[in-house]
Amino acid sequence: MGADVEAEVARAFKDEWGRVVATLIRVTGDWDLAEDCAQDAFAQALRRWPDDGVPHRPGAWLTTVARNRALDRLRRSSTEAAKLREAAVLLDPEPAAGDTGGIPDDRLRLIFTCCHPALPLDARVALTLRTLAGLTTAEIARAFLVPEPTMAKRLVRAKHKIRNAGIPYRVPPAHLLPSRTTGVLAVLYLLFNEGYTASAGATLVRQGLCAEAIRLARALVQLMPGEPEAGGLLALMLFQDSRRLARVDDAGELVTLEDQDRARWDRGEIDQAGAVLQAALRLGQPGPYQAQAAIAACHATAPDAAATDWSTISRLYGVLVQLMPSPVVELNRAAAVAMADGPAAGLRLLEALESSPALQGYYLLPATRADLLRRLGRRAEAAASYRAALSLAPSATERRYLGRRLAETQDRA
Amino acid sequence: MKYMLIHCVDESIGLTGEQDAEIQASLESWLEEMIRRGVSLHGSRLQPVSDATTVRARENEVLVADGPFAETKEQVAGYDIIECADLDEAIEVASKHPTARIGTIEIRPLRQE
Repeated sequence: MGADVEAEVARAFKDEWGRVVATLIRVTGDWDLAEDCAQDAFAQALRRWPDDGVPHRPGAWLTTVARNRALDRLRRSSTEAAKLREAAVLLDPEPAAGDTGGIPDDRLRLIFTCCHPALPLDARVALTLRTLAGLTTAEIARAFLVPEPTMAKRLVRAKHKIRNAGIPYRVPPAHLLPSRTTGVLAVLYLLFNEGYTASAGATLVRQGLCAEAIRLARALVQLMPGEPEAGGLLALMLFQDSRRLARVDDAGELVTLEDQDRARWDRGEIDQAGAVLQAALRLGQPGPYQAQAAIAACHATAPDAAATDWSTISRLYGVLVQLMPSPVVELNRAAAVAMADGPAAGLRLLEALESSPALQGYYLLPATRADLLRRLGRRAEAAASYRAALSLAPSATERRYLGRRLAETQDRA
Repeated sequence: MKYMLIHCVDESIGLTGEQDAEIQASLESWLEEMIRRGVSLHGSRLQPVSDATTVRARENEVLVADGPFAETKEQVAGYDIIECADLDEAIEVASKHPTARIGTIEIRPLRQE
């Protein structure tokens, strides 16, 4: 019984934390008070639910407890500001007991405020994890490999700026919505990538960032049903996450897409991603995340590497370049064209990119060139490019992979 | 909320007479709109940094020097005190000011005591 209730509270924490905090911030205007009172509400759930049973609507129960706690604390404080806040809490209508629609969902305001462009990017990420996902400061610090006091300071500064600079707590008006939504999606994708690139030898909390990013994207899709890019991003993350187990071998080495054991891909996640992507595409407003998810879908649904539909993929990269012009996308497009129309065609596209300033020092440019040269049998040139890529590769896993390729090229030369 | 807009411009950029006239015109229409909206409280352009003087008082001694406080590429060229609902409105107001197109505008909230 005890363990069951604890599991219920843990689940409520994951499902309801962000909602409780978001509502408390709206009614009290005080971020620290909101977090403290949400914490108290969950502590009280642990004490009360074993005897009283799990409430019919845990979110409403938790919000009411947190709200009353906030009122208590504001009453005990004698400052004018506290009096004003107390009045604001009392004026905010509590949802009627019989209201099946549940508590109003303030998470959308919270996420737009956390991801406001006037906050530094690292603070946007940290604030989103703390207030929406409910990670502790210690957990966020571990996930981003910084000392806990550094992370604590980052969060404090961000909250100060929100208050002192007058960052509004709201969903932006229509004329700001598109650019701000792009900003929110970028924060979630950054969160996901932090976890995704951390696979080998990383702490579990770091890998857990992927799950948090997916959960937040899921919430966003629900909160913004008319925003196809939210669905596009969720689908993209799910497709990538489905390959998590196959991406790194037992020795911790990176496995390229074509060499991955597709039996280790998570079929359930792929199906889910496909459904989310279809729903987003039906809204008829293409965007970069939807295009990337569509490319990921081509890989995910190919029974083996040889059966990959490269002509569709290279066509989708053509669409992506239009939607999101960037040399990195051009580079990926060149690699896809090489698969669809042969390495010589890919190499021609690559040559046009050699002088791009944005790609100087980017290891995937020589790495891609090396790969195409190897396939054309130009081994000496391939080896030189692998060496160039090796000197630029950012992580040990990638350097080992390129080292193996270089050795193979030289063996056969 | 009250904010100060600090206009920072590289004084060495040469503007043609035509550009200068265009900036002047858009400054006037900015001011007209902001006064009408009740946003603009007051503000001014500043003389160039060659006319600046810095003063420090240390150990009963007043140290006077020529020039601006800090040697930077962009110099403070003017300021505005504005009253806005929130930072989003301040950003909108600043983005319409001609300085935003030729230099940088720093938005600083005034301390509320």
